[in-house]
Amino acid sequence: MEFNLKIWRQKNAKAKGHFETYHIAGIEEDASFLEMLDILNEQLIREGADPVAVERGCQSSGPVSFDHDCREGICGACSLYIDGRAHGPDDHVTTCQLFMRHFKDGATITVEPWRSAAFPVIKDLVVDRRAFDKILQAGGFISVRTGSAQDANNILIPHDKAEESMDAAACVGCGACVATCKNGSAMLFVAARVSSLALLPQGRPEAKQRAKAMVAKMDELGFGNCTNTRACELECPKGITVAHIARLNREFLKAKFSD
Amino acid sequence: MTDKLISKIPDGPLESKWARRKSEVHLVSPNNKRKLEIIVVGTGLGGASAAASLGELGYNVKIFCISDSPRRAHSIAAQGGINAAKNYQNDNDSVYRLFYDTIKGGDYRSREANVYRLAEVSGAIIDQCVAQGIPFAREYGGYLANRSFGGVQVSRTFYARGQTGQQLLLGAYAALNRQIAAGTVQSYPRYEMMDLVLVNGQAKGIIARNLVTGQLERFGAHAVIIATGGYGNTYFLSTNAMNSNGSAALQCYKKGAFFANPCFAQIHPTCIPVHGDQQCKLTLMSESLRNDGRIWVPKKKEDVEKLRRHEIKASQIPEEDRDYYLERRYPAFGNLVPRDVASRAAKERCDAGFGVNETGKAVYLDFADAIKRLGHQRVAERYGNLFEMYEKITASSPWEEPMMIYPAIHYTMGGIWVDYDLQTTVPGLYAIGEANFSDHGGNRLGASALMQGLADGYFIIPVTIGDYLSKKFAEPKTDTALPEFIEAEKAVQARIDRLLGIKGKQTVDYFHKELGHIMWEYVGMAREAKGLKKAIEEIEALKARFYQDVCVPGSQFEFNQELEKALRLEDFFEIGELMARDALERNESCGGHFRIESQTEEGEAKRDDEHYMYVAAWEYKGPDKAPEMHKEALKYEFIKVATRNYKD
Repeated sequence: MEFNLKIWRQKNAKAKGHFETYHIAGIEEDASFLEMLDILNEQLIREGADPVAVERGCQSSGPVSFDHDCREGICGACSLYIDGRAHGPDDHVTTCQLFMRHFKDGATITVEPWRSAAFPVIKDLVVDRRAFDKILQAGGFISVRTGSAQDANNILIPHDKAEESMDAAACVGCGACVATCKNGSAMLFVAARVSSLALLPQGRPEAKQRAKAMVAKMDELGFGNCTNTRACELECPKGITVAHIARLNREFLKAKFSD
Repeated sequence: MTDKLISKIPDGPLESKWARRKSEVHLVSPNNKRKLEIIVVGTGLGGASAAASLGELGYNVKIFCISDSPRRAHSIAAQGGINAAKNYQNDNDSVYRLFYDTIKGGDYRSREANVYRLAEVSGAIIDQCVAQGIPFAREYGGYLANRSFGGVQVSRTFYARGQTGQQLLLGAYAALNRQIAAGTVQSYPRYEMMDLVLVNGQAKGIIARNLVTGQLERFGAHAVIIATGGYGNTYFLSTNAMNSNGSAALQCYKKGAFFANPCFAQIHPTCIPVHGDQQCKLTLMSESLRNDGRIWVPKKKEDVEKLRRHEIKASQIPEEDRDYYLERRYPAFGNLVPRDVASRAAKERCDAGFGVNETGKAVYLDFADAIKRLGHQRVAERYGNLFEMYEKITASSPWEEPMMIYPAIHYTMGGIWVDYDLQTTVPGLYAIGEANFSDHGGNRLGASALMQGLADGYFIIPVTIGDYLSKKFAEPKTDTALPEFIEAEKAVQARIDRLLGIKGKQTVDYFHKELGHIMWEYVGMAREAKGLKKAIEEIEALKARFYQDVCVPGSQFEFNQELEKALRLEDFFEIGELMARDALERNESCGGHFRIESQTEEGEAKRDDEHYMYVAAWEYKGPDKAPEMHKEALKYEFIKVATRNYKD
């Protein structure tokens, strides 16, 4: 297969970015989207190292930087906005699990970084998502000391509650929800953590405090408000639903009323 | 045995060794803990749990990771589960059985005392994780559920769907976040350790590169903990994450830490087969699938031919024409034999011409019987996300046709040599999790990596490091302006300058792929002296070409992924060579290490306890000198060493 790739290039956080277009051919349909970018980078490096090509004015920006790691859809590192959709045209996958068979041969594909005030660009398609860590540091945990836990089976958790908690805990922290939201809100991300812990008896003692602290931190870091467009739910690679946002709201309100 | 390899195993009966060591270890008082600084490199299960626990104790901790967040560490990708000797199933499990299975699974090449301690603390890990809010699978009565993994006959594996590693890591990451918020831990994401700094022979800090600005920075401490995982990516294609690397471990080796059993690499039997030469990463399908999936190839060559030409489907081959070769060869354990055994058996069938895809390198993992027996819903509950993942990648549904699988590099049992306290041969330098060598011998059992990472981080290092630090609290903070730091930084700078100055024509990945081919061909599933010698020569030659012709674009002082890869590849070359050297020296078949010269008439691995019952610990001797091997003899006082038998 072959493609024209229109890719966002930006040297660093301060530089002005622009699109560059590249042609790539000989891609297997079973190749993943990131494998295709690997091949493009090989091509760009070779061209950059070839004095004749450089003289002809060939690609001077060098290989394209993008975040990636596990390539199994679980680490949450990959973060591309492809043809106007977070993680591209396939549903419920991260970019690394997107395969070229989902594209038309010869298509022009536009690739951009996450665009959100809270996620500044570091280079090309790589953004800074430390804001997510900071939200979790504000309260996304259960305060238990190492070594002070009771026997695991002393806490009984109904099967369905554990499953529901797991549905929320499946969040990979990629940031697709924020990138998709027209307000740049991190509500789905925050809700997934708050809800997962609030559903479990171990998480109840700190539930109110947790909801309040995480929401406050989210606001402080420049994420927008939730206006219930539900776009986040559609683009979440792990299928996390807005039902968890409803639970977050309940926890948050409870916390406010008890103040 | 050399005097440098003092394993510090406590005397006394096996069951009381850990209690004894804990009672001997010196304590550090709370006011003195505040004066002590610890560097932790790596944020996977080992690193995150260690940093969180040490911070909570009151030490000043700095933690470094190469990703944008600690949560990306590759522990996150572990699927199937975590073992613990809880005996919740009433199937006669015990600490002793978990210990015994782990020693036997490791083919009698790990230390009794370390493995017993691992089994001993396993239960507390589950307690800790549940308290942290990890949503483990539950039975309908609300109690914790279990499943089985390879190499054992009980159900002791706890799991959270096929995402157990993710959930455990998020738990450790949450504990870490709590300490970061409390100010006891400082986090340095997108930093890569480039070198270890020794002052008076003791580990006192690191040189790290800020991956965003490209600057080299110096960090001092009273002790350094390496928790950077394994070196499976030496093979280029593996189930490891793209950025997983062996550089921190190799830099420690070059500064005097011995590297133990480098040739012990695990080849996991159930991975999605290679699809073409554009691939850069292999995907694992969890071992838990072997609880209910049955592995087979056709009995008849003509069926194989038809399958390869896509004239028939696997489901059309009648039962009597299928060879369930694991059930046939190993009736007692069947599809749940350990990974090394299952991998070799798959290779044997494929080498005999029964591989079921175009490349001849695939076997079936079939769920048709399980779906019939358990029904769609229960199979979906157990494996739904794995089926989905398989279908996304291959465009074939395991609900309709069996999965195709083939072995791939997955884990490295070898690593930095450590004593019972997890301290390396360099005072003040510790190694935990996959980065050390201590618990899995020649082969790791499934669901034991998560157990080890958390055992080391939550329960062992917080105790044992105190013994060293109890003598250090009077020492002032390490001054990073010391000549040792300046020298180390200069050496790193020289490495970077050299790579950027080559300006050749080939990419870093080109050379890494070449290295991978050499490793898989000669240091892969079957090794022999001739090939191993060839591997060492070929790696040398490849390295020479690399330093002449590699192209590392861009500059140092920017976000530069090609430079990161080039620096890591330099280290992979050396690790690859060390693996080949170790494999050459160990002329026996043992766990994941199979020497063609050492097999039984039926083609089973033949271990040689008389000559090789030791840990091979390699000492770096300088850039142009061969490393020296030291032996730590393995003594089995409490269990009877036997031939591994999974047949009856």
